[in-house]
Formats: sequence, structure tokens, C-alpha cells
Amino acid sequence: MNGFLDGSFDIPSDLQHSWLGLIGLHLREALLPVLAGLLLALPLAQLCVRFRWLYPPVLGATTVLYAIPSLAFFVVLIDYTGQTELTVMIPLAVYSLVVLVPAIVDGVRSVPQETLAAATAMGFGPVRRYLQVQLPIAVPAIMAGLRVATASSISLVSVGALIGNQGALGNLLAAAQKYDRPELAVNSVLTTAALAIVCDALLVLLRVALTPWMPNGRRPRTAARQRPVPEDVIR
Amino acid sequence: MESVTKRYPDGTVAVDRLSLEIPDRSITVLVGPSGCGKTTTLRMINRMVEPTEGTILLDGADIQRQPVTTLRRSMGYVIQNAGLFQHRTIVDNIATVPRMLGWGKQKARARAAELMERVGLDAALAKRYPYQLSGGQQQRVGVARALAADPPVLLMDEPFSAVDPVVRKGLQDELLRIQDELGKTIVFVTHDIDEAIKLGTMVAVMRTGGHLAQYAPPAELLSSPADAFVEDFLGADRGIRRLSFFPSARLELTTAPVIPLDATAEQIAAPAADHLLVTDADGRPLGWGAPRDLTAGAIRPGELLPHGRPFVPGTDSLRAALDCAVLSPTGWAVAVDADGRVTGVVSQQTIGEAIRSAHAADHADEAKVSS
Repeated sequence: MNGFLDGSFDIPSDLQHSWLGLIGLHLREALLPVLAGLLLALPLAQLCVRFRWLYPPVLGATTVLYAIPSLAFFVVLIDYTGQTELTVMIPLAVYSLVVLVPAIVDGVRSVPQETLAAATAMGFGPVRRYLQVQLPIAVPAIMAGLRVATASSISLVSVGALIGNQGALGNLLAAAQKYDRPELAVNSVLTTAALAIVCDALLVLLRVALTPWMPNGRRPRTAARQRPVPEDVIR
Repeated sequence: MESVTKRYPDGTVAVDRLSLEIPDRSITVLVGPSGCGKTTTLRMINRMVEPTEGTILLDGADIQRQPVTTLRRSMGYVIQNAGLFQHRTIVDNIATVPRMLGWGKQKARARAAELMERVGLDAALAKRYPYQLSGGQQQRVGVARALAADPPVLLMDEPFSAVDPVVRKGLQDELLRIQDELGKTIVFVTHDIDEAIKLGTMVAVMRTGGHLAQYAPPAELLSSPADAFVEDFLGADRGIRRLSFFPSARLELTTAPVIPLDATAEQIAAPAADHLLVTDADGRPLGWGAPRDLTAGAIRPGELLPHGRPFVPGTDSLRAALDCAVLSPTGWAVAVDADGRVTGVVSQQTIGEAIRSAHAADHADEAKVSS
């Protein structure tokens, strides 16, 4: 048993990283796209809230983007960005965006009419009202969306292994086949799962810290739309 | 408000050529069925809805002339379900407008604490969040928040309609008390005619289509409704409710059937009444008893008929006096002073005569006004 564990942490040198190095790389490749997705989703969602007619086409377009398998995305992007981390991160950012836009729109729309009317009547301008009332009240819904986006992003990074070893922990899967060392595959799967669980727990803690005003034990009003993870995640 | 109309792009007319003069430092109630344009009218005052035609003047100045946020910050606004900011503490909710007006944090919070006391909220609630409060408490926070920057005008949009009747009565009484202290110009929207009559100095009854049906003080509304719609809207018991506006001070009380607990046989026999009201040593009512059932020196309070709820002449209205008489097992209402000591009793018959003469006096007044 000891030998098996020892072996599973003995990372082949062609991956150019230690186990911890792979974890750091994996987190970077997974979380930067979520952050980028969030920064893009906030203004886009606000436009959708402000101009209601915009939401259905935006939702349709993002759903189509979500339906594109990540591998197909990579192949198209390789012509422009080469076999780099960026090629992996761009699709992940798009997927995050797709999850986050509806989460933010639903969250902002869930703010009760009375609250909005009261804010307007007290002399809040539109910008102040968005930043000080709508966005804070949408935090639980946004955090729910972030949890889905983060977990999906962490699992999807592994696909990057297929385009020139850009899959971080996913590269261990390729290495397991190449060197016939199944323990590397076990390491890859368990570590990826553990990362996803830890990140999710941290997001829950962040949500609790940000929303002392929420009744204990109550679920967020608007859960993010749960979407199936694309089928080509890990093969 | 001068001939104000709100027409929506689809042609719907929410408010039709409405002209209203809202008196300073008093409560004006807009009342009517849903869809009569009362909320639209209210929202035109703080420009949440812009009128299609007509002008609204505040102290003689057109409200269109000043920046909309300045206008709104000078008017408190209370809404149904309170509309509190669920992500802010109670004290921060109340301090919202002062903070926007640039007050320091300390000053705004001190003001908020002062207002919590004024609207009857425990200071311990200051750091709580809205979800931790009951509906009635939330509504009090809503009122405190509207009063925070001491605006001269208070707009209230069905503020008490989502709470249960007991809490609502408490909030209404509280509003009247606060109004006595502060003297704001309040415009209050409700669909509840009883609330309108209780709170309003002036009541504007509106009808579907945004027409003003009648604009009058509540007593006048009850005594002479302008048309069948207003009469119908006032309900079947407007005659009884109108009695609320007649004082009970001039009722002729009699003390003849009132005897002390230690009454002598003579005192029991003398009044020649069907029932006698027995009082304790302090003069407080104990209950009614028939003379033949009462034995001098041995009256047992437990065997007496209940005396019912007494009324206070001068404070209570004729309606309260009549109510006491109707509920009394003997048909006699018990009058007490502020300390609860019996000042006399009055029969249904006497109250009936008082109602007739009050009506007659009222009609004479009206005749004088119209001639």
C-alpha cells in the first residue's frame, strides 16, 4: 500500500511539475476563467436586466456556446492561441459566463418590487440602486452560480491534457496511459475531486461571511440554473 | 394638484383631471377600489410617475422644477410590506436617507436610534436584520426610515394593509400619536374605508378610471355622500360609524340606580328600577343586580350580572356609548371617569334621543352652510 501511494506521487518528469505544482497550475487554469467570466457576466447581466428584450437572445446564444464541446473549442482556438494555457482558459471563461449570466439576472430580478420602489422613492439613482441594493441582495444567487461554475471549471481543466499537456492534473491521466501507471490516474481523479470540494466549501464560507442578513439554514432564493456538464469532460 | 392626468401609452387613463388641495400638517387619505389610480396619484407627488398633463405644486412651486432625487429625499415614503433593505441592519435601514444627504455615520445612527424610540421599537433591535422582525415591527422600521431626514411630507402607500387587524390598529394609533407630535403633511393611500375615516383629516374617495368622487372631511363623507358610488363604498353601517364623530359628553347621566356594595335596604328599594349597578368602596363598577335578588349588607359581587365595558364621557364618542348600552345585559351603559369610577348610567333610550338631537344639529349646520 505504501509503495502504491509513493508511486502515485512520483510524477513523471515530462510533466515538468511536482504534485503540488500541478495543483497550483490546475487552480490557476480553473479559477482565472471563472473570475474572467464573472467580470464579463456582471455588466452583461445588468444589460439583460435593464433591457428585458435582450435576455432571451443572450440566453439562447450562451446556451449554444455551452453546447459546443470543449475539445471542439480547443481545436478552433489552437489556430489563434496555440497550445497554451490560454487555449484552455478561454472556453472555461465562456462556460462560466454562461452559468453566471442567468444566476445574476435571476438574482437581481428576485429583489422584491417594494424594496426597489422604496429605494427609488428615497432618491437612489439607478447606479447607486444597482450597487447598493440590487447587487448585494443578489449575492446568494451569484454565489450559487459561482459554485456551479467553479466545480465545472475544475473538472474541465483536465481536458487540456489533449492539447499539448495543458491539462494540469489531467496530464496525469495521459501519463497513466503512456507509462502504464494506473496509480497516477487515481491520483488525478482524487486530487481533482478534492480541489473541487475544497473550493466549493470556501465559496460557501465566503457566502455566509458576505450575507449575515440571511436567515440561517435557508437556501438562497434563486439557485443558479443547473446545467449538465458537457459530456466530453474526461474520457 | 391642478387638473392632473396620467395617460399610459396604450391609452389607459389611470388618473383623470384630478385637482386636489392637500392641506399642510394634516393627514389626507386617498381611498378607493383597486385600479382607481390612488397609488398612481401618490407616486406623481414624488415623480415616480410623471403626469401626462397638469401640474403639481408644492408650497406654490412646481415639483418639476427641482432635481428628482432632491425632491424624493425631502419626502418620506412608506410602502406596503415596508420594502426594507434585507441586507442592512435596522439602524442602517433607518439611517439610509441621512447618509445619502451626507450626514456623518455617528450622527445618522444617533438619529436612527432616536426614531426607533419614537415609533416604539426596542433599541435592542438596532443591530438585527429585517428577517428577524415581525411584519408589524418591519412596518414601524419603514415609518422610522421615512421620517429619518425629518421631511416635511410623508407619502404612505397602503402601509398597513399587509399586517393583521390587531397589529394594524396599533400602527394606526401610533401614526396618529406621531402625527400629533410632528405635524407632517401626510398623504396616505388605502383601500380600507375604515382606515381612511379613522386617520384622515380629509378623505378623497376615488373611483375606477381615476376620477375623484368626493373630497371631504370624514364626518361630512358619512353624513352626506356625494353620490351612490360613495354611499356604496362607505358600506351599510355608515349611520353607525358616523356616530364616532358625535361626542358623548352631553349625554344625560343618572346616578339613581347606582348603589354601593354596603347599601341599606332603603337604598335598594328607593330607585324603583329593574336593575341596580353595584359599585365597590372606590366607586368602581362591580355589576348589575335586580333589587329583589339583593339583600342589604350581604351583596355578593360574584352573583351580579357583568356590567360590560364602560365608556368615558367626553373621551369616547356616541358610538362607543351606544355600543356599551347594546352589549350591556340590562340595556344601560355605564359611564366612568378617567380613573374608572362610575359617574352615572345611561339607557339606550336616552342615547337614542341624543343621536336624534345630534343629527338635527348637524343638519341645521349644513343648512346654514349651504344657504
